[in-house]
Amino acid sequence: MECVFGLVGNDFAVVAADTSAVHSILVHKSNEDKIMILDSHKLIAASGESGDRVQFTEYIQKNVALYQFRNGIPLTTAAAANFTRGELATALRKNPYFVNILLAGYDKETGPSLYYIDYIATLHKVDKGAFGYGSYFSLAMMDRHYHSGMTVEEAIDLVDKCIMEIRSRLVVAPPNFVIKIVDKDGAREYAWRESVKDATVASA
Amino acid sequence: MSRRYDSRTTIFSPEGRLYQVEYAMEAIGNAGSAIGLLSKDGVVLVGEKKVTSKLLQTSTSTEKMYKIDDHVACAVAGIMSDANILINTARVQAQRYTFAYQEPMPVEQLVQSLCDTKQGYTQFGGLRPFGVSFLFAGWDKNYGFQLYMSDPSGNYSGWKAAAIGANNQAAQSMLKQDYKDDITREEAVQLALKVLSKTMDSTSLTSEKLELAEVFLTPSGSVKYQVCSPESLSKLLLKFGVTQPATEAS
Repeated sequence: MECVFGLVGNDFAVVAADTSAVHSILVHKSNEDKIMILDSHKLIAASGESGDRVQFTEYIQKNVALYQFRNGIPLTTAAAANFTRGELATALRKNPYFVNILLAGYDKETGPSLYYIDYIATLHKVDKGAFGYGSYFSLAMMDRHYHSGMTVEEAIDLVDKCIMEIRSRLVVAPPNFVIKIVDKDGAREYAWRESVKDATVASA
Repeated sequence: MSRRYDSRTTIFSPEGRLYQVEYAMEAIGNAGSAIGLLSKDGVVLVGEKKVTSKLLQTSTSTEKMYKIDDHVACAVAGIMSDANILINTARVQAQRYTFAYQEPMPVEQLVQSLCDTKQGYTQFGGLRPFGVSFLFAGWDKNYGFQLYMSDPSGNYSGWKAAAIGANNQAAQSMLKQDYKDDITREEAVQLALKVLSKTMDSTSLTSEKLELAEVFLTPSGSVKYQVCSPESLSKLLLKFGVTQPATEAS
């Protein structure tokens, strides 16, 4: 089951997502990047129906880019989160998207922020959040160890604790995770945590 | 010769002009003037009221100044009924933005959006353009206090000081001479009233013939749009020496 979680540190936000693409009992690939860079200072970590996940996050990404082209200024994280929620809400009673999103961003004026947006268009601004079966474990770990104003080292340590918990306790635990971070210098990939690498095919 | 190209808005004349748009601007040139001034701590809008009669029922409604959203207001010059439609459109656009983004719409985006609507009436649909010019005054966190002027063609630009309506060219040149970049809101009010009094046709200037509105920040940091009451306006006119004092006792 897909695991996505994230938290806010002292001047950054970090999100982690599993990287397995699963179809029924088959694992298509175990290095699928589910955290999209929305713009220079925003990350969208998404889980759910794979077609919807890619379609919806790309739609949001392109609309955010269009806003910036049209108006010369980027959207704030809050505005992007509310826009995203609005799109989910509009589609909800006709043609819903089955995508859960953690939107992490950094704004110069307000610092780092994290938004929890679920598939039925719930929006919450949070310090820590998680989706999927993994959330049972990651939320519990974060509740125990999180405090506001964590440094990057402390936060990554907590992320690793959550990953270890998911790996050891979830029956169909995803083996690999990607961690991305956003701070004043922008949104970027931080690290991968792989316990299973896709085997390369030996040449004939 | 140009009469052949008058009737349809959606065609150019051979000289490359849109006559209907120009005629709309003519209509505004006969309307009551309005002046806007950008100061360090606010934007000032002053308007000349054309409809003054003792029989007029004055309520809280204004003739020249309108609030579009909590952080944007405008002054109008031209055909009032056209203005009402556009003001409503602008209000809806501002709320639609806030509905989507949960933030106030940046002032320039609001002006641009309304001007896109106006432009539509110069290119398709076969309808005449709106006979209104606007002065938009507002504040947002991107660019602070701003003043924009827009006309029936759908063109707009940002100004430090601008005038629309009757005698706007005279007012504009007066503003150009006397405006300084670092004026305060009080000085801006004074300058606006002075310029308006000089360019208005009427012989005496009383508070009944004017409207004054200001957009500024309260101490708590929120944007305030305030229309001056007739009593305070009379006092201001006296203070700045811009009016003949009332000859009869009230």
